[in-house]
Amino acid sequence: MSQNIVVGISDLNVAKDGDILVTYALGSCIGICLYDESVKVAGLSHIMLPTSEGFNPQGKEIWKFADTAIPDLIKKMEQLGANKFRLKAKIAGGAQMFPGFNNTSLSSIGERNIVAVKETLKQLRIPILAEDCGKDYGRTQFFDSANGEMKIKAALRGEWVY
Amino acid sequence: MAFENYELNEMQFDALKEIGNIGSGHAASALSSMLDRPIDMNVPQINILDYNEVVNNLGGPENVLAGILMSLTGDVSGMIMFLIHKPFVKILLTNLLGMDIEDNFDLDEMSQSAIKEVGNIIAASYVNAIAELTGLAIEISPPELSVDMVGSILSLPAIYYANISDKIIFIKDELDKEDAASSQIILIPDVDSLKKIMESLGLGDI
Repeated sequence: MSQNIVVGISDLNVAKDGDILVTYALGSCIGICLYDESVKVAGLSHIMLPTSEGFNPQGKEIWKFADTAIPDLIKKMEQLGANKFRLKAKIAGGAQMFPGFNNTSLSSIGERNIVAVKETLKQLRIPILAEDCGKDYGRTQFFDSANGEMKIKAALRGEWVY
Repeated sequence: MAFENYELNEMQFDALKEIGNIGSGHAASALSSMLDRPIDMNVPQINILDYNEVVNNLGGPENVLAGILMSLTGDVSGMIMFLIHKPFVKILLTNLLGMDIEDNFDLDEMSQSAIKEVGNIIAASYVNAIAELTGLAIEISPPELSVDMVGSILSLPAIYYANISDKIIFIKDELDKEDAASSQIILIPDVDSLKKIMESLGLGDI
């Protein structure tokens, strides 16, 4: 029996043997799914902010930021037998939940998260196979370690698979 | 550095409760005139919670509700959000516009403006309570609405407070016992502003 492994906000986790990683209600945050198909090891990181610059995060705080969370996720996947040169990514989130909201420190935080995630993945040479990012709605994200499928569920829009 | 995480002492927390009480009183009378009937209100519960606790208090991350977000500027900066559950949205729209919403919670433009306006009036009730008690000048931005999963709606304040604190000031109101229409206010002043509020009340630097 496969089971669901819930990943919270500023959290990450890994799965294998057909277990499914799930993170609920991504808004401006981004869920980054990584998969090594040859050993069927999956990982999911739910980041809130683009960069750790100026924060000096300690312990689990590194899971908050795109630039520090993704490398740590890869480390955990390698412990399960994944090879970082085989990893492929699928990403979702980075919505602008209140498009008209005007606050200088927060304007387009979703967009800045998307850019930072893509930049980090590029530096790590991990190709992005699918993305469901931006727009103005929340997403629940499922990632299946059996086949690397990412399923997105949105409140008033139904669900679909990448 | 107690303020770094909104760790208030008892007197400061009592002051916050008083702000909540006065704000809820104002909100109830505003609502009463909008709905044109008396509003029977319970004493609001005021808590300082982290993101996950707030989400659980609101029915879990995937619960769909309406969130109206406004930013605060002037002497106090931060944001305030009013959250309304579906039954209460229905009551408001029936009373204000004489219309019923579909079960899928899809609001047309007219309903959206009505709900935003309600959010603005309710938020102003709390902000005015702070202004009255402290003498600080606070301005509220135009309201923005999102009808979506509560976890997603709260991602913006969550990201905002990720920069400043791990806690949110959460005021839970039962504004109308008769209809069991509870609603919630989330108040996120930045740390300096909370300090300023407490100082204006003579409760700073304790």
